[in-house]
Amino acid sequence: MSAFKDTTRWLMTARPQLAALALVLGLNMVIAPGFLELTWSDGRLYGSPINLLNRAAPVALLALGMSMVIATRGIDLSVGAVMAIAGAVAAVLVNSGAPWPVAVAAALGAGLACGLWNGVLVAVIGIQPIVATLILMVAGRGVAQLITDGRILTFNDPGLAAIGGGAWLGLPIPVWITLAAAMALIVLTRRTALGLFIEAIGVNPAASRLSGVNSRMVLICVYMVSGLMAALAGLIVAGDIRGADANNAGLWLELDAILAAVIGGASLYGGRLGLSLALLGVWTLQGLKLAILRSGLPAEYNLIVMALLIAVILALQSPAGGRAWRRLTPSRREIAP
Amino acid sequence: MKSLLKLGVAALACAVIAGCGQGQDSDQLVVGFSQIGSESGWRAAETRVAREQAEARGIDLRVSDAQQRQENQIRAIRTFIAQGVDAILLAPVVETGWDAVLAEAREANIPVVLLDRRIETADEDLYLAAVASDAVEEGRVAARWLAEEVGDRQCGVIELQGTVGASVANDRREGFAEIVAGNPNLTIVRSQSGDFTRSRAKEVMESLIRSVGGPNICAVYAHNDDMMIGAIQAMTEAGLNPGEDILTVSIDGVPDIFRAMAEGQANATVELTPNMAGPAFDLLEAYLDDGTAPEKWVRTDSPLYLADTAEAEYAQRRDRY
Repeated sequence: MSAFKDTTRWLMTARPQLAALALVLGLNMVIAPGFLELTWSDGRLYGSPINLLNRAAPVALLALGMSMVIATRGIDLSVGAVMAIAGAVAAVLVNSGAPWPVAVAAALGAGLACGLWNGVLVAVIGIQPIVATLILMVAGRGVAQLITDGRILTFNDPGLAAIGGGAWLGLPIPVWITLAAAMALIVLTRRTALGLFIEAIGVNPAASRLSGVNSRMVLICVYMVSGLMAALAGLIVAGDIRGADANNAGLWLELDAILAAVIGGASLYGGRLGLSLALLGVWTLQGLKLAILRSGLPAEYNLIVMALLIAVILALQSPAGGRAWRRLTPSRREIAP
Repeated sequence: MKSLLKLGVAALACAVIAGCGQGQDSDQLVVGFSQIGSESGWRAAETRVAREQAEARGIDLRVSDAQQRQENQIRAIRTFIAQGVDAILLAPVVETGWDAVLAEAREANIPVVLLDRRIETADEDLYLAAVASDAVEEGRVAARWLAEEVGDRQCGVIELQGTVGASVANDRREGFAEIVAGNPNLTIVRSQSGDFTRSRAKEVMESLIRSVGGPNICAVYAHNDDMMIGAIQAMTEAGLNPGEDILTVSIDGVPDIFRAMAEGQANATVELTPNMAGPAFDLLEAYLDDGTAPEKWVRTDSPLYLADTAEAEYAQRRDRY
């Protein structure tokens, strides 16, 4: 299949998500007319779009992992807590004199271990995903607090700080991490059979097992990917504030990730994997947050306005919204005799 | 796994309490302390200072960590009553739902002193007194310093609020606004919530710098020091000079803000003292001695700290929090 055909097909499926993103970006431009302006200084790009991509990075990583989990008809509630654990592990290690690559490797290892734990609970022991990951969601933050002793562990290691606040080739490093993770996962799921296996498990676990898919192994891998993504997000958040805040790092972000995946067209009944669409969902959410912040609305209205706008977007993407849209814009097929 | 952990902690607590019960001499004061948990550095410091204060006065202090749950606190209070302690300190996790257990304490003639938060109850006699800071006054102290510092200059202030709806955030906002209203040259240009956290405050501050414009920001007021640390990072990364071109004032007095002040990146902080137990022991000793009735709300001081003492304060606090 040609690349052109691929692109047009993607554009067709991504229509609702692209429309929502365009809507939110438009809203931002109304609120702050210079929204799309980019400036170059100190060897890096500055501007609101860059800020949006940079700030969206942690939730983007979570949403990539979450989309894969959701596509298997699962859910991973523990990602916020895993972020806190990863940040805590990295901060403790650099503060005890370890070089930053070691700290990063250990944090990613902790994320993989958390994912393995979730995967085993779901795939081997057979606990329902929402319950299985709830265990780590509650206990994980406690583990992070034990690691940091309940305080915010500040560090000065420039390497670890750069993961959250550095720049490379003009773009913030969190943006590069997001793009690299997205590319790797898209290639992994679309150029190999893994994506098909994941969707098959989501549609019908029994049938996929009978047709030879090693669903146990695939499920464990998927939860480990989610854990790894959460650990990356945790490193970014810790690097950004140069400190590991076990109580607040990643708090409630699992819900943002689920929401982004749903805006990206995922079905909580599984079977639909759209990583790039989930990213569009994340950027839409972050755009909404930016618009609300820039509007100067009193803080009390933040959540209510956010909820209303999200409800509007989801309604427009729903089957009913789609029917209304088609009625307003008659397609060519209906006009043709 | 969590319940297993809890079981272990409970077993340990039982062992500790049993151990304390044995070698106890008759005139030593025994005080039970039901602490919320150790969710922040400040809370850990409060527990640490309470232990220090008790040791200095020869009080046998029994601390119970409720891990943020009211039912654990109620259970701890019942345990203290059963042990026949002389007094109970309670840092309540929520404002309501204490009437029944406090009535039990009163029937057992055990005075209860509330620490750092107060409760809502129809019958104020259920507790002896509350030792807590005055969060409205903390906001006033911050604003008074700012008003004095800027003089007659026009000054646009950015306010970083705590979690929307939190009573501390409301009070710190109210006190600050009260003084600002009396100084026409001070205006709050933007007020947004940073959820009391560093990362959220940093993100919010980045947006506010863009929408207000760095040169138009004269001062930043944050409802806690952690948010200010995030805001300082955002300002520095945007090429602004907090501490010099932009005045900063925040509340709490955590070690990291003293370090920022020593480095010239922050100007002032209003301390929320972690020594809540000291005044509580004072009033308890007086009450148990000769029945002196304390004030219902003992307000702790809200002292202002500036950069000149920051270095020494940081050294002193570093290990306590």
